[in-house]
Amino acid sequence: MCLAIPGKIVSVSGEDPLERMGKIDFGGILKEASLAYVPDTRVGDYVIVHVGFALSKVDEAEAQKVFEYLKQMGELGELEERRI
Amino acid sequence: MKFLDEYRNGELAQQFAREIHRITTNPWNIMEICGGQTHAIVKFGIDELLPKKITLIHGPGCPVCVTPLEMIDKALEIAARPEVIFTSFGDMLRVPGSTTDLLSVKAGGGDVRIVYSPLDAVKLAEQNPAKEIVFFGVGFETTAPATALAIYQAAQKKLRNFSMLISHVLVPPAMEALLSSPNCRVQGFLAAGHVCAVMGYEEYFSIAKKYRVPVVVTGFEPLDILQGVLMTVQQLESGRAEVENQYSRAVRRGGNQPAQDLIKKVFQIVPRKWRGVGEIPQSGLGLGDEYAAFDAEKKFGVADHHVEESADCRSGLVLQGQIKPHECPAFGAKCTPEHPLGATMVSSEGACAAYYRYRRMPDLIGAKYNERTKTN
Repeated sequence: MCLAIPGKIVSVSGEDPLERMGKIDFGGILKEASLAYVPDTRVGDYVIVHVGFALSKVDEAEAQKVFEYLKQMGELGELEERRI
Repeated sequence: MKFLDEYRNGELAQQFAREIHRITTNPWNIMEICGGQTHAIVKFGIDELLPKKITLIHGPGCPVCVTPLEMIDKALEIAARPEVIFTSFGDMLRVPGSTTDLLSVKAGGGDVRIVYSPLDAVKLAEQNPAKEIVFFGVGFETTAPATALAIYQAAQKKLRNFSMLISHVLVPPAMEALLSSPNCRVQGFLAAGHVCAVMGYEEYFSIAKKYRVPVVVTGFEPLDILQGVLMTVQQLESGRAEVENQYSRAVRRGGNQPAQDLIKKVFQIVPRKWRGVGEIPQSGLGLGDEYAAFDAEKKFGVADHHVEESADCRSGLVLQGQIKPHECPAFGAKCTPEHPLGATMVSSEGACAAYYRYRRMPDLIGAKYNERTKTN
């Protein structure tokens, strides 16, 4: 039910902030979504969309954190192995 | 797809799993709140990557499942009216009320339609002025911004033929209700990422402190869930009970302010009954007084139905982590997704339905599973 999927904004329409709509590309499938709640987004941004509403802009730098965390974990592990 | 596929990398998932095995010394019970996470855990077999000492308890985070039977019956009553076009998300159509379901009402001539967004229902109201358009508004905080804007737009457009049957529920009060129960086994939470994308995670600091439980805001992909579990176990093993955010690519601490503003404008906090759990104070959203004209319950004067749940259903125990779905005698026999006896079998995000779909072959997985449960 709370399924929300990341997609890329390919076009924006509507002047009134609460009526702002965007065309979102989900891996080749285009769908309309309301951008009312992500006023600072523009074409090219990725947003998380749930029931036709963009709820959050994907932070590209934060998106790398999972992989940075893994890398650090790996490096720490190697260090510990060397100590042994 | 970008921001999706890379979080499903099996090799990296194994790395997380190895680290969780390395640091786990004590048995821990961790609850994932959200049904979407439950579905992913069972589908990808994430729980099977974890040490035996870690038990994932599947929480009440499926709004379709916890919508009370009485509310479904009200939906069925309204949907059967000749002047009504009844709209809903697809998930709700199959959910049985005490006698029938929305699909059967549709088959019997009722005008029941699936919409992708609540705004589509507003459009239908504009296009069909001679009809009454009713939208069945269920969901957590994730979905509330969508229904709030639909109501707000309908009010702006002065649509008199639009209303909503609202059964919105809120996550933090349900967490508190679970933690206050004397039988509570939960020692740490994976908080629901998309609920927090809307509401932020300020509300969890007091819960973490009061009940001494770690709360880690977690995403929905396998790597997210494994990292969320790892962060929770790290806290538990070191005796910390803090709020952390694993899902920082989508969740900010304060959440989505414009969405919260509109939710506050349109809704008010009300007590709400949760199927399988019971009534929880301050755990629902109902329409605020200013928008009372859009309340379908009032508009159609539907009576309060009193219905009894099946005595065979153990969903309350499943939701509290007392038993696993397959330990219920009715599981897969009297109770299936086609004929669910209770909350957790109702939608694919319910724990019982997820087990039924992915774990009902005892020869393949069930035996191993039963063995695991016994050792815990």
